[in-house]
Amino acid sequence: MAGSSIMENLFQRTLDDLIKGMRLQLIGESAFISKATAEIRREIKSTDHHTKSTALQKLSYLSALHAVDMSWASFHVVEVMSSPRFAHKRIGYHAASHSFNHHTPVLLLITNQLRKDLSSHNEFEVSLALNCLSRIATLDLARDLTPEVFKLLSTARVFVRKKAIALVLRLFDIYPDSVRVCFKRLVENLESSDPQILTAVIGVFCELSNKDPRSYLPLAPEFYRILVDSRNNWVLIKVLKIFARLAPLEPRLAKRIVEPVCEHMRRSGAKSLIVECVRTVMASLGDYESAVKLAVSKVRELLVDEDPNLRYLGLQVLLVAAPKHLWAVLENKEAVIKSLSDEDFNIKIESLRLLMAMVSESNVAEISRVLLNYALKSDPEFCNEILGSVLSTCRRNVYEIVVDFDWYVSLLGEMSTIPNCQKGEEIETQLIDIGMRVKDARLQLVRVGRDLLIDPALLGNEHLHRILCAAAWVAGEYVEFASNPFEVIDAILQPRTSLLPPSIRAVYINSALKILMFYLDGYLLHNEGSSSSYSGNLVGGQPGLFTVKKHTEAPKLATQEGSNSNLEQDEDFNPRNATESSESEDLSVENVTDRDVRHGQAFTPPNTLAKKNFTHESVVSLLNRIEVIFGPLTANQDVEVLERARNILAFVQLFKGEMIDNPVQNVGIMDVDKKDTRVSAIIKSMRDAFTMELGPISTNAQGRVSVPDGLVLKENLDDLQAICGDIELPSSSLFCIGGPHLTTTSDGSSSNLQNEEQGPLNESTSLIEHRKRHGLYYLSSEKSEIVSDVYPPANDPKANNNINDEAAELAKLTEQSLLLKKKTNQTKPRPVVVKLDDGDVAPISVKMPEPGDDPLSGTIKEVLGSETMPSSSRSKPSDKSSRKRREKKKSSTDVPSEMKENLGDAEKHDLENPNLSSKNHGHSKERRQRGKEKIVEGEEHDQKGKKKSSHRHGRRKTHQRANSPLNVVSQTPVIPDFLL
Amino acid sequence: MGIRFVLMVNKQGQTRLAQYYEYLTLEERRALEAEIVRKCLARNEQQCSFVEHRNYKIVYRRYASLFFLVGVDDEENELAILEFIHLLVETMDRHFGNVCELDIMFHLEKAHFMLEEMVMNGCIVETSKSNILTPIQLMDKTS
Repeated sequence: MAGSSIMENLFQRTLDDLIKGMRLQLIGESAFISKATAEIRREIKSTDHHTKSTALQKLSYLSALHAVDMSWASFHVVEVMSSPRFAHKRIGYHAASHSFNHHTPVLLLITNQLRKDLSSHNEFEVSLALNCLSRIATLDLARDLTPEVFKLLSTARVFVRKKAIALVLRLFDIYPDSVRVCFKRLVENLESSDPQILTAVIGVFCELSNKDPRSYLPLAPEFYRILVDSRNNWVLIKVLKIFARLAPLEPRLAKRIVEPVCEHMRRSGAKSLIVECVRTVMASLGDYESAVKLAVSKVRELLVDEDPNLRYLGLQVLLVAAPKHLWAVLENKEAVIKSLSDEDFNIKIESLRLLMAMVSESNVAEISRVLLNYALKSDPEFCNEILGSVLSTCRRNVYEIVVDFDWYVSLLGEMSTIPNCQKGEEIETQLIDIGMRVKDARLQLVRVGRDLLIDPALLGNEHLHRILCAAAWVAGEYVEFASNPFEVIDAILQPRTSLLPPSIRAVYINSALKILMFYLDGYLLHNEGSSSSYSGNLVGGQPGLFTVKKHTEAPKLATQEGSNSNLEQDEDFNPRNATESSESEDLSVENVTDRDVRHGQAFTPPNTLAKKNFTHESVVSLLNRIEVIFGPLTANQDVEVLERARNILAFVQLFKGEMIDNPVQNVGIMDVDKKDTRVSAIIKSMRDAFTMELGPISTNAQGRVSVPDGLVLKENLDDLQAICGDIELPSSSLFCIGGPHLTTTSDGSSSNLQNEEQGPLNESTSLIEHRKRHGLYYLSSEKSEIVSDVYPPANDPKANNNINDEAAELAKLTEQSLLLKKKTNQTKPRPVVVKLDDGDVAPISVKMPEPGDDPLSGTIKEVLGSETMPSSSRSKPSDKSSRKRREKKKSSTDVPSEMKENLGDAEKHDLENPNLSSKNHGHSKERRQRGKEKIVEGEEHDQKGKKKSSHRHGRRKTHQRANSPLNVVSQTPVIPDFLL
Repeated sequence: MGIRFVLMVNKQGQTRLAQYYEYLTLEERRALEAEIVRKCLARNEQQCSFVEHRNYKIVYRRYASLFFLVGVDDEENELAILEFIHLLVETMDRHFGNVCELDIMFHLEKAHFMLEEMVMNGCIVETSKSNILTPIQLMDKTS
């Protein structure tokens, strides 16, 4: 046995050998590692301490750098930890702190070992144990070892004391009861003159104050002393952080620290300290003008520094200052704008954030304009950052800062044509959202939509498909605003739409149907108008008259319908028509108030165009073209496309049949031609079906729908996953955000292929035909008649050569606009934006975690409360109240949140009517308090003797508290005045 | 917790030292390191030394072939962390004499001990080079 271990020892590879071997290995790293691990597995079982620890050392190395699992070796780690030799123990502890976690089962075994080492006379052993505990402490370990750590907090050996202090942070975190034991000693260490101790203890308080700063207000005098006296920048930075959290809670404190902070700012040469001072001032001392001025001057130095780090931090600080001190940003605007073209992406982003922070109602247009020009020349990533932030800023609070929606809609259109734009989804959402919310913007929306739709180049960019989808929808939905519907439908029918994914094609087809209906409607009206008694109404195009017409028209329609059905029964269409027309009657009555205005506005342009477009030939050619374009789609693989294409084709065939047989020009009197009236009736009802106004829907609208009786809704829909898990989400939900368009691109290309298979000739000839007819709609068609899929990208950056002037321009603009002058040149008032009462903003749960809620801060308050009291010489009544406070806090550690509520109540009532309400409330409070005491009683088994008296005591005290309004004052932590 | 982790990574992206002050599984560590390395090593000298990643702020500095990356939480002072990195390098330099990547490779434990002397629980506890090195030298002598 002994011999074998000597042999093992002799031939074992050391860690150095392992590392060297790794560098020279030829078998591949992973193979080498698995070989080494196998070796380690064998060696680690050795009874020889040296062999074992060396094996463990190698294993930790592999685990640390090559992510080799070592959880299997945890028992060996414990064995090595308990080795008597320090060198071995060190390896064991190192391995433990590296590999143990709260799941490690052997953790229970090391408590005694740790206790032994924590009490060791060898301070290196103590240090090992402390270090290890700071990494792996669990609730059990913390509870069992707190007494040992407590002893170390006041040891004379600085080397271990500072580590014990740092460890306390973790103990407090996982075992709040340790605060009662250790906190006082921790505070005593604040007074230490030893710089090492001070560094450690300030670090701990800096972290602690992050959670609940209010609890540490009583310690302000100590912190203040350190702020003034210390010359150690590490310590000063931490103290400044503490004060940045405390100062907003206590105005007197803020007043006190302004001067020392400024002094540090003036005196120090260390940038880190200066940056921290500036941050403190901006975050917490914003009311002190001189300090802010000094800070801003420091920021200016940072912004123009050569070091990118300082520029970055300068911008960051400025962003913190922006809401309160916009002038600070204005003063440095040149540097900010210069940073927009910095080499570093992070700096550019900061600068962009800062610019967006400056945006207001009056300057949003200018800043957006210039940013868009920046976006044009930027790399794709930053370009989209710019677009994203402009979009989100403008959208904030339902387009709060947008006054001129015509401008904004045009801006959205312009963004879409930026070559690198990948914000399709957001733009899509906004276009539709604006369409539904802002009536006055619809005209411009349709214009912008038209411009987007007719540009064939955009169809080739798949990032823009979503935008085109929105444009098509807008063009269809608000077609009555279109100056030339013929042109729009032409754009929608263009052959390159085959590049679109099926889900978007479906929207195109639907829009085509809507426009077609509008168009035919207009055509019929036009012809009727030229021949019938409605002409007066139409030519005038006055809203009032038109309303009358609409009203009279609906019943008339019905009678027409009736006569039709009497005269000629058509099995296919009559039943449907009847229902539709009755529906449409309702609709038209409902919507008359809305729609008549739109009709009134919109009907003028079509009338002027009527002569050009509303001819029989144009209608027939349009119908023919729809047939040609959508015909192939009836074999499309996508059901949406297929169905919609079939629908529209069915209509087209119907109308064509009716109209070609009976050219309208030949019709002298309406009721002579029954068929024509039937067509017009169908069209009317279709039109009316489309005139139902769409509006935004509240996000919690679903909640208002009551569940029908007998319908049991499942709470848990997990089993749905099993059913639908392998089914792709349907791509038909077009206007939901984040629709799965990308998944359908393959379908798109396949349908594309299919198209080409079916009729390559058809497509190219139709394209040529298109170009011939509407040459002006296409960008560079006159150069060659060869059909190519490559179009020059819109908004070619090369065209913009004046980029260098942009910075200057932006500077000028911001100068003008950021001065917050009142803009008087606003010509039109902001249009009405439809807002929902509840649904626009996603419901935010207002329940913020109260800082006092966690047990840690409760305990700390308690400890601090009891600690500061004796030191301050107080008069009797206040002393009483503070004792009461302690009492309160004791219970608040157990039921802190409830306590908070109660106190809040008491405070409110006391403020309102101290004498009247207090008695009334006293009772109920007392009762509640008693209940709480019982909980305390139940939980604290170990202090039975003390219990009873404190229980009675507590009840009496709380009763008093409730009766005297003075108590409320004592709730806020008291800082002794004389120290501030 | 101020400092969340300290990494040393060479130019090729190989981890030479990794010290975490919060518990992450080996897989999480690996993924995190890979992401950070990809993000930071691509940056050039003219760019600032701060990168935001996940919920960390990463402060890094390059010394010859070795990158020192420190992940901190949002509150931490970035410049102080840069100074901390420099202090760490100076300390190792004093101990090893012209410290290089190989020193850290072959004395990984010692580098860990130095770090343990300087940082505990994510807080910087010691900033004096001699205070950091004394116990390490003593340990060297005794063992």
